Amino acid sequence: MEDSRRQFLKIAGVAALGMGTVPVVKAVAASGGHGPQPHTRKGDDALSATQWGLVIDTTKMNHELVEHIVEACHKTHNVPAITADKVGEKTAIAHEIKWIWETHYHHAFTDKHSNYMSEDVEERPFLVLCNHCEEPPCTQACPTEATFKRPDGIVIMDFHRCIGCRFCMAACPYGSRSFNFRDPRPFIEETNLAFPTRSKGVVEKCNFCAERLAVGQAPACVEASEGAIVFGDLEDPNSEIREVLREHYTIRRKVTLGTGPAVYYII
Amino acid sequence: MNDKGKIIAGIIIFFAMVTSPFWYNMFMEKTPPPKVVLTAKAQAAEKCVRDTKYMKANHMQLLDEWRDTVVRKAERIYVNAEGKEFTMSLTKTCLDCHSNYTEFCERCHQYASIEPHCWDCHINNPKENN
Repeated sequence: MEDSRRQFLKIAGVAALGMGTVPVVKAVAASGGHGPQPHTRKGDDALSATQWGLVIDTTKMNHELVEHIVEACHKTHNVPAITADKVGEKTAIAHEIKWIWETHYHHAFTDKHSNYMSEDVEERPFLVLCNHCEEPPCTQACPTEATFKRPDGIVIMDFHRCIGCRFCMAACPYGSRSFNFRDPRPFIEETNLAFPTRSKGVVEKCNFCAERLAVGQAPACVEASEGAIVFGDLEDPNSEIREVLREHYTIRRKVTLGTGPAVYYII
Repeated sequence: MNDKGKIIAGIIIFFAMVTSPFWYNMFMEKTPPPKVVLTAKAQAAEKCVRDTKYMKANHMQLLDEWRDTVVRKAERIYVNAEGKEFTMSLTKTCLDCHSNYTEFCERCHQYASIEPHCWDCHINNPKENN
């Protein structure tokens, strides 16, 4: 009896050791001997960062410039203009799609109240967009990981994966996300052939021009802003954006919520 | 045991119905597989990103990998086994050569009764739209 148990344990031990080598054998088999394998890489001109951010100089903003910037962004990304004259006023509000838009101070900075505010600041147009938060609540709400934070800080949508549940819209405290209640294509006046449109049933928002950064270009809003918007790596102390932040007093939207917005406003 | 004849007849009819697709395929004329048309540019390139056999069978997996790599890994350049580089873009790379959507993509997809969602968002052919 003892002999056979001893025998059994020996065999079991050797078998376990043998099974342990399976991953090693597989790795060796996969790694060599088949010539060069197809692989992927980043483009040579791609811009990189640890946390991309924007500084918007509100002192340089006026309605014309803001409109110009919004148009530049929305044209680049085939954002549909679902307007009241096409679908009626109520539907236009409910179905509106926006990546970057103009809003009033009180809507942008809901937690910064003053009874006696500077009129100049109060009347300025404020550009708002996705804040590409350090701790984005939207990505935690997404059940399919369709929205996630990239290593360079951009909070991006993978439209392929979006199931249209709109949890992210409920989670975002900035209203940065829009839902495609209808096919957006008939509402795109000039289609940018280099960028896809969206389909009915997905959420969309600003992507920090990931497709432009990948080929070494600045985001479309920055390019159209005539110097009123600066972008750069917030984690790099020597970057232009940090220089601007050192020199100016800036505020961010709803910081008390702890989302860590990466869009700063010079007041 | 009086229903022996009925049961056997039933079994024979059942098997005839279950195997009917095989009989149908054996004796009826088959729909010929579609011929895809290559544009002059695609013909001149001679080879796609991978060899034709792989592309025919696995282009959907390749496109799936491409979209994940571009969106989720932020890598946009594909280097094939020969070291040739491509931008991973359906519109800018694939459809640049295969600019004949109706004679290339659609023909096979229709034959196989497949409706890919690619074109819901991706603009199917810049050249046809221009």
